Amino acid sequence: MALTTDLSRATPKGKTGAGKAGKGNAIPAARRGIRQRRERLFQWLFLVPAVVYMALFFGYPVVKNVVMSFQDYTTATFFTGEAPWVGLANYATVLSSSLFSTSLLNTALFTVGSIAGQFVIGLALAIFFQRKFPLNGILRSLLLLPWLLPLIVSSAVWRWILDKDSGTLNRFLGDLGVVDTGVPWLTSTSLALIAVVGVNIWIGIPFNLTILYGGLQEIPDELYEAGSLDGATGWKAFRHITWPMLRPVVSVVLVLGVVYTLKVLDIILGLTNGGPANSTQTIATQSYALSFAEFKFGEGAALGNVLVVISLVFAVLYLRASRRAVDE
Amino acid sequence: MTTTTMSRPATTSRVAADRRNWGSTALAVFFLAVMLFPVYWMVNASLQPNGTTLETSWLPLKPDFTGYATAISEQGGNLGTSLVISLGSVALSLAIAAPAAYALSYFKVRGAGVVLFAILISQMIPGIVVANALYTAYNDLGLLNSIPGLILADSAHGIPFAILIIRAFMNGMPASVIEAARVDGAGHVRAFWSIVLPLSRNSLITAGLFTFLFAWSDFLFALTLTTTEAVRPVTLGIFQYIGAYVNDWSSVMATAVLASIPAIILLVAAQKYIAAGTTGGAVK
Repeated sequence: MALTTDLSRATPKGKTGAGKAGKGNAIPAARRGIRQRRERLFQWLFLVPAVVYMALFFGYPVVKNVVMSFQDYTTATFFTGEAPWVGLANYATVLSSSLFSTSLLNTALFTVGSIAGQFVIGLALAIFFQRKFPLNGILRSLLLLPWLLPLIVSSAVWRWILDKDSGTLNRFLGDLGVVDTGVPWLTSTSLALIAVVGVNIWIGIPFNLTILYGGLQEIPDELYEAGSLDGATGWKAFRHITWPMLRPVVSVVLVLGVVYTLKVLDIILGLTNGGPANSTQTIATQSYALSFAEFKFGEGAALGNVLVVISLVFAVLYLRASRRAVDE
Repeated sequence: MTTTTMSRPATTSRVAADRRNWGSTALAVFFLAVMLFPVYWMVNASLQPNGTTLETSWLPLKPDFTGYATAISEQGGNLGTSLVISLGSVALSLAIAAPAAYALSYFKVRGAGVVLFAILISQMIPGIVVANALYTAYNDLGLLNSIPGLILADSAHGIPFAILIIRAFMNGMPASVIEAARVDGAGHVRAFWSIVLPLSRNSLITAGLFTFLFAWSDFLFALTLTTTEAVRPVTLGIFQYIGAYVNDWSSVMATAVLASIPAIILLVAAQKYIAAGTTGGAVK
């Protein structure tokens, strides 16, 4: 592919490109061709390690996962080296399992709840930090800390804060007189998912805040000045100036948020391990459990592929939406 | 907006504005306190004496370091393992990402669009899918329970991000500087090594910091690609702690504090790089 590259594309972006030497009339065309070919080969060498890495650590797993999902791939496979072809049996087992509808619903609730919370609070904080006040920059960057901590550290801390008997949250609520007995945040089937969503919102706020803050900073002040002359202030200014101008950034934040939230594993495994009674089991955690707890790698792969398809659907919707926005 | 405040003529109104602004600062400090309470609570809890979880005081008035002693004796080796893996991942990621970013930004080789698209798509692939396939491959190659195996896998978190960050920076680099070096007879490798890399220092630091943090925080590959205690990153050590019934929270929290140190150092010492990373990486 590299050899057919035309010169205009291979030329560096400056006007006096590396191809300049080749334009000299003294050099015979044949030698010039060889030189250009060598030049392009050299340029490709810079990219080769990255292409090889991406192929091995993203391309291969995706392909291998598709193959595994059609095989009876279990612990025995590691000894015998045999993984019998089973067609769609893994998909049939996984999709017809009663656990699948539970995981699918939990994944949807977890994703929608997390994104809604992170986005609303992140946007509110981003708008707040548009104000000019002393220490704005340093306070805003300290807010990034929850996002930078290892997720498993955050899970451990929240495990303790949400502990039924000795957790701080229950102590605090008890002191306020809101509750009498310890609330089983992580051990009740009706509360665990809410608690996990809450923790994930806490983790995601800094990301939403930072990106939305950047987007708000890009909106020119003149728009607000012109708007205020027409009586657009406060909510009206937000509705008619901020929101339309911010929309491209909003769609990036939301799509990245959905794609990242769909595959969340660390937080749920750390907080509840999918329990109690599968009440926080998502497609990602269920795929992990099938492969690495039950050693049914074929079924785990099938469920993993379902997750990939869901992510792809969102990506396509996003691409179509952004293309339509460009067309308008 | 700074200029409008500064150019406001009347002294009285400026004082009033300042007072209102300090009010905003107070509100911001309040938000920060709420958001960072869990972090404070982690530090506070790590300094409590062992076992007395029921009556944790709100302030560590009598700090007790037995939690840290236990954490270091039980998890010290795991912290070392995490450090080696993270540094290895930074080296590997930068060695792969920097030349790629240069090729994508400066040469505009054909296929650059395809590579960039592949990088974006790679962000949508769930880690569990990668882990599922890697486990079987690593099993065949003998890479399970090995530090090189985890360095290679953990770099999957960092390499796509590093390519995007460094490329975004190199896009803004004047091409004339590189061309001048090439005209002077420098080969591609020399121009890259002695002109491009030094000029891209800031983006390399940003990418390196984040790559370190990604590898240090990795939990999924630690969980799936190790089966014995031979190689155990600290994230897995913490998971093992909280997997069982916990009766000694102070050592768990002390380990958590130790595992947070890189994030805290990076946040305090490398403010501008972090800001560049969060905004640059996500949108561009």
